[in-house]
Amino acid sequence: MTAVTIDKGIIGRGPGEPIYMDYQATTPCDPRVVEKMLPWFTEKFGNPHSRNHYYGWQAEEAVETARAQVAAIIGADAKEIVFTSGATESNNLAIKGVAHFYKAKRDHIVTVVTEHKCVLDTCRHLEQEGFKVTYLPVAKNGLIDLAELESVVTDKTAIVSVMGVNNEIGVIQPLAEIGAICRAKGAFFHTDCAQAAGKIPLDVNAMNIDLMSISGHKLYGPKGIGALYVRRRPRVRLVPLINGGGQERGMRSGTLPTPLCVGLGEACAISKAEMATEGERLRFLRDRLMNGIQARLPEVYLNGDPEQRVPGNLNLSFAFVEGEGLMMGVKDLAVSSGSACTSASLEPSYVLRALGLDAEMAHTSLRFGIGRFTTEADIDYAIDHVVKAVNHLRELSPLWEMHLDGVDLKSIEWAEH
Amino acid sequence: MAYSDKVIDHYENPRNVGGFGKEDEGVGTGLVGAPACGDVMKLQIKVSADGIIEDAKFKTFGCGSAIASSSLVTEWVKGKTLDEAAQIKNTEIAQELALPPVKIHCSVLAEDAIKAAIADYRKKTGSESGNGTDTAAE
Repeated sequence: MTAVTIDKGIIGRGPGEPIYMDYQATTPCDPRVVEKMLPWFTEKFGNPHSRNHYYGWQAEEAVETARAQVAAIIGADAKEIVFTSGATESNNLAIKGVAHFYKAKRDHIVTVVTEHKCVLDTCRHLEQEGFKVTYLPVAKNGLIDLAELESVVTDKTAIVSVMGVNNEIGVIQPLAEIGAICRAKGAFFHTDCAQAAGKIPLDVNAMNIDLMSISGHKLYGPKGIGALYVRRRPRVRLVPLINGGGQERGMRSGTLPTPLCVGLGEACAISKAEMATEGERLRFLRDRLMNGIQARLPEVYLNGDPEQRVPGNLNLSFAFVEGEGLMMGVKDLAVSSGSACTSASLEPSYVLRALGLDAEMAHTSLRFGIGRFTTEADIDYAIDHVVKAVNHLRELSPLWEMHLDGVDLKSIEWAEH
Repeated sequence: MAYSDKVIDHYENPRNVGGFGKEDEGVGTGLVGAPACGDVMKLQIKVSADGIIEDAKFKTFGCGSAIASSSLVTEWVKGKTLDEAAQIKNTEIAQELALPPVKIHCSVLAEDAIKAAIADYRKKTGSESGNGTDTAAE
């Protein structure tokens, strides 16, 4: 086999390319992961469900090793891991699967307004089928109120779905406390951990988590694979979304993609081994980025709780500068914005709005996502680049001018268009 | 989304950034849009005694297309009479900058900004009829 050589130094910063700072959107596949995957495309091509010959056994063994690697990062048993196509499918399977299985006795679902669209849209579909859904609000820091959660979960609640880490603002919800409330009330606790797995310590038993969604491409694994943790004791039962040969304990039929499973497993193993040191490194870089910007620019605000957040996310509002205009100014950085203009909907980020942020502040946000291949030089470059762009745009901004003149923008009657 | 070269040029080298004193003689000010919508344009014109726009300045809070639209119209209105300037259509702005459909509202806002500046000037000078016979300077 030819060895793969990938220069880590160019991942996310190749010649003429902007510096990649959107690690919440996706992460590059770690070269070590790719290397593990490659033989499973070609010479080791067996169907892991072929029970009667060498090729099948070889593939099955690889898939089971990967399953154990996934289980290990969340303190689960390998038998509790179901491979899926990604976190969107995992979230659909968890919520619809539980709702449909238990609907005779429990027809209520609890989730949060800042969840990912694939959770919210799934819940909306279930509402159309007759399920009742409670959408919990969040406080200004992006976290839910536990007392409020406790008050809405009843003996009719089948499932509570609360994400581990928010994709836009990076805040970490109090999973252990939520798990304890759900367990006491007899409702299953599902958590979308696409942004959390491999980034922060997770333990399904200590946190009383019954179902957990994981995504491959958010933790330096391949796209097109994810996993759903489904608790065996006490057992969680699901109506499958996909019917067929009964693979994955009947919960997800279809031939497993061996190379992708191997990639996800390896990605989990690497993340687990490096979590502590990488977390420290990212925290240093994140703080350097925030402090570097705030030292040189006034009126820059952090969105989301300052403490309860993952190290790789920094979501900042640059007052009086519109987000999409700013993205155009920082064209050497690949970042994302909560501004309306970047989405097809022309509405600013629903997550930022849910924090109680004014629409005008939501329009001024940038999300910096940093990760495994981000360097200190990238951060220093980003600081300079952002400061220059914001200063340029503030020179152009009538709102900045009014702010300097002491005009209260709220006192003006704007013609909303 | 890719921006046209003209949008990028106006964004990177905006023309006529700044402002005039609102109360200065011959100055009309248009402030359109809303921060909550992500676009605010301030466009000011300076009108000569014989009714010609001799200078224009802008400041814009918004995306690249909004900045480019307002920068472009400050170039276009210079040397025009008020009536000529009032004839500038958003479609011409959108066409010149090759704006995609989702950005047409930026050109609409720029057209509104010119009209608002002209209306403000006429209101200040007491020539609200705006039928082409500018009597303000007489």
